[in-house]
Amino acid sequence: MSNGNTATTGAESQASSQFSTFFVDSLFFGVDVLRVQEVLLFQHMTRVPLAPHVIEGLINLRGQIVTAIDMRRLLKLPDRADGQAPMNMVLRTEDGPVSLLVDEIGDVVDLDPSSFERPPQNLEPAAREFIRGVYKLKDRLLLVLDSDRALADSAAVN
Amino acid sequence: MCVVCPGAGESPYLDGESKDMQDQEVIREFIVESYENLSRLDQELVELEQRPKDRELLTSIFRTIHTIKGTCGFLAFSTLEKITHQAESLLSRLRDGQCELDSHIVTLILETVDATRKILAAIEATNEEGPDRFEDLTERLRAAVSASDAEKSDRSPSEPGMGGSPVTAPEAENSEGASAGVEAAKPETDATKSSAIADANIRVGVGLLDNLMDLVGELVLARNQILQFNSEREDPALNATAQRLNLITSELQEGVMKTRMQPIGVIWNKLPRVVRDMAQALGKQIQLEMDGAETELDRTIIEAIKDPLVHLVRNSCDHGIEPPDARTSLGKPTAGKLLLRAYHEGGQVNIEISDDGAGIDVATVRRKAIEKGMLRPEQAEKLSDRETLNLVFQPGFSTAQKVTTVSGRGVGMDVVKSHIEKIGGIVDIASQSGEGTAVKLKIPLTLAIIPGLVITSGGERFVIPQVSLLELIRLESDSSEKRIEHVHGTPVYRRRGTLLPIAYLNNVLGLTSGAQADATNIIVLQAEDRQFGLVVDGINDTQEIVVKPLSKQLKGLSIYAGATIMGDGRVALILDVLGIGQRSGVLSEIREQSRTAAEQRTEFLAERKQRMLLFRTGSFQRLAVPLSLVSRLEEFPQDSIEKAGDSQVVQYRGHILPLIPLRDVLCAGEGIDPSAAPHLQVVVFHDGERSVGIVVDQILDVVEEAIEIKEKSSRKGLLGSAVLGGRVTDILDLNSILRSSGASWFKGRGSDAGKRVLVAARSPFLRGLVRCSLDMEGHRVAEAGDLDETIRILERQAVDVVLADLDLSPKGSGELIAALRAKQEWRKIPILGLTNLDGRATAASAPAPGYRELVDISDSEAVLESVARMSSNAPIPNDAAELACQER
Repeated sequence: MSNGNTATTGAESQASSQFSTFFVDSLFFGVDVLRVQEVLLFQHMTRVPLAPHVIEGLINLRGQIVTAIDMRRLLKLPDRADGQAPMNMVLRTEDGPVSLLVDEIGDVVDLDPSSFERPPQNLEPAAREFIRGVYKLKDRLLLVLDSDRALADSAAVN
Repeated sequence: MCVVCPGAGESPYLDGESKDMQDQEVIREFIVESYENLSRLDQELVELEQRPKDRELLTSIFRTIHTIKGTCGFLAFSTLEKITHQAESLLSRLRDGQCELDSHIVTLILETVDATRKILAAIEATNEEGPDRFEDLTERLRAAVSASDAEKSDRSPSEPGMGGSPVTAPEAENSEGASAGVEAAKPETDATKSSAIADANIRVGVGLLDNLMDLVGELVLARNQILQFNSEREDPALNATAQRLNLITSELQEGVMKTRMQPIGVIWNKLPRVVRDMAQALGKQIQLEMDGAETELDRTIIEAIKDPLVHLVRNSCDHGIEPPDARTSLGKPTAGKLLLRAYHEGGQVNIEISDDGAGIDVATVRRKAIEKGMLRPEQAEKLSDRETLNLVFQPGFSTAQKVTTVSGRGVGMDVVKSHIEKIGGIVDIASQSGEGTAVKLKIPLTLAIIPGLVITSGGERFVIPQVSLLELIRLESDSSEKRIEHVHGTPVYRRRGTLLPIAYLNNVLGLTSGAQADATNIIVLQAEDRQFGLVVDGINDTQEIVVKPLSKQLKGLSIYAGATIMGDGRVALILDVLGIGQRSGVLSEIREQSRTAAEQRTEFLAERKQRMLLFRTGSFQRLAVPLSLVSRLEEFPQDSIEKAGDSQVVQYRGHILPLIPLRDVLCAGEGIDPSAAPHLQVVVFHDGERSVGIVVDQILDVVEEAIEIKEKSSRKGLLGSAVLGGRVTDILDLNSILRSSGASWFKGRGSDAGKRVLVAARSPFLRGLVRCSLDMEGHRVAEAGDLDETIRILERQAVDVVLADLDLSPKGSGELIAALRAKQEWRKIPILGLTNLDGRATAASAPAPGYRELVDISDSEAVLESVARMSSNAPIPNDAAELACQER
């Protein structure tokens, strides 16, 4: 599924300037557009008993089984209100696609590398681990998600 | 296939030009074909050694070498050509009967095969032959050829008309023309014969097959989904199509699976060579037999078991089979036998590797395990022989006394195990010291598509691989006869007379249980060689499922083997039966139980760890009794208690159960009304037909601890106090309580320190009882349930005193005496006869011959006293003991 040039490293992502954006609670995130495989509406999910808390379940993506990770739980944010269905943002990874459950999908944005900054020191520790940096947009800040860290971390909790 | 050589070395492709694309293709084919030929050659050469006169075999070998030689002449691989040319010359002499085959020649030709492989590998990697010219080998081959010619010229005078050395000499120098010319004509007829087979077969890349398999997997899923749609609507046309699709898919699946199947012979082919080389290097004679080489397995599995198999074979050759002289002195045939067997059994393939060699000495394994710190001595004592043998699969374990050149290569036994387990297989080892070793591998046929049972639990669907499934049990809720019972809080089910530990899937997975169903579904599962029952909410049906791996995030969960997509397109998790068993504790529980039942009973408990049931009665806040004596815990409503004479009884399972209120025994006169509680808590003790219930105020807990009596008690009904679970606890003296209550029971008890006592009695309860009081006195106790077991323990361990039930042997008490007097060193051991006044009131007065004393089993003081007496004058003079026997 994944091919070499989509697996980005930290250095590359600062060079690449296109980001798919999404919202989790009040936070505005971006992830390298090349890593995003597709975006799906909420799918039926199979629960995985005894799985790490952040894993919401498994979805069937055209015959492939994809693990869905709830971004809210990962960032230790309150759960979504009842009736608010999350969206699936499916990322390519080295061992197959993984879905991030987010509140809402935003646009794909082109960003100027010069507006990039390291994550602020006083950022919530739960979030800081997974944030590579911040782009200062006109009206808001875009947090760059370190998806590798996020995925690795969700496996570590067990 | 034969390539006609257009003359030595003069290849039209040579000319120092770099080889073009077409050439590349030719070389690739040459390599593939040569590898195939070489693996056949290995086997044929070893066969040839057995049957040196087999001309057909010789011709086939000759032809193979010749083909390789011819092709490399064509492709201008000169080193390879030189080697094969010499080998061919040698073979042609063999074939023509000009020289005799001996192991030296076979070794030379095998070396040629190895050299050819090396060169082929170099060609594959670099398109060049590599730097090694193998001049030494070529020279030795040439020498062998000349030697054979010399031999022939020696013989030639007596064989007139055969042609002398002048004729053969040039042939040896320049055989391309002669032998190749002859051969070129002959194989061609063969080639035309075999071309029909060649036409019917094509070579297909493995990648393509794997891809096909994936696609079939998808198709099976899509088919399942269509079938589900179909069942939801009433459309005859759709129905017909769906059925057809179903049929075709199944056939296609089967067909594609078959394309990936390979006979296990593919990897067995190289084993004769391995065994031969090992035998030569070790100076042993080994006869390899293979049975079931045609047994087919999925190629991924074939790949996976290749290395473990070779390792096991090497192990057998190296450590198993003894050198010829050792075998002769043991009265075995000089040639060791190594048997490989493969066969299908229950959807799995079994592979057995057995030898008739030295076997593995269990005691050595135990010792090594202790030396290496893998086990504590007391743990090692408790392991069964089988468990001990399986220690050889632990990492870092080797019982080899010396490291030889051949051992230590390749994978270790632990890697064998992990490789086999990785593909869902099982390894087991059995060995008889001095008689041989057998390793058995159980391997699944394929990994990709497996039959599974779909179940529901807690509203979720799960799949259980059919391989682990033994049976399904459905318990209607109204059948009170058959139900799940509890032993020490562990749910069990009585299945055809044996207790099956039960796990509830909902509990294991932390799911909320569904609505109370009208029946209980138990799925009986097998993990490794242990069985347990899994209670689920519902059982749906069986399906062919496609196993998909779980993502990295879920890999750590041992309870799942993967996931699959169901007919409705949703994902279902596949349960890992072993993982479920371990997580729920039933598997370790079984281990525990089988040990308490089978081994702990027969071994001295160095640590004297016991499971104790804790309860409370009156002013005694913490009382304990060994759990091994307890058969069950019950609760009876106060109003079900009846009076029989002056004792309390309750109707229980069709019998009358006498009750002993512990409060009356221990706290007589405390004067609190026990009838305040609506229910009586009863600890039921059971022995054979008899049962008795002890009424307590409250059951507290079960603890497992080594018991050390801190303070002996003078109080009636108590043995003393010990610290259990961090608190001072009184240990109940069950004997005195049962006696004081007047309940007519068994008998038994005794006193002194640190002796090794063997208690031999058929009733586990009696043993437990005697053991309990002996334990308390600081004796080390072993238990035996029958005569055979008694003998086994005596053979293994030193024993100071034997306490034997007179009823131990069905043939009478004399049999034990006779058995124990059979060995010189056992004659010193005093034997105490345990009597049961219940049944044989007269026995006590007249000790049976051979018994030092008879004691009443119910009188624990007397038992302890007798034991103390026996041990204190322990070194009984041999003749005195004899005398004692004779006197009686």
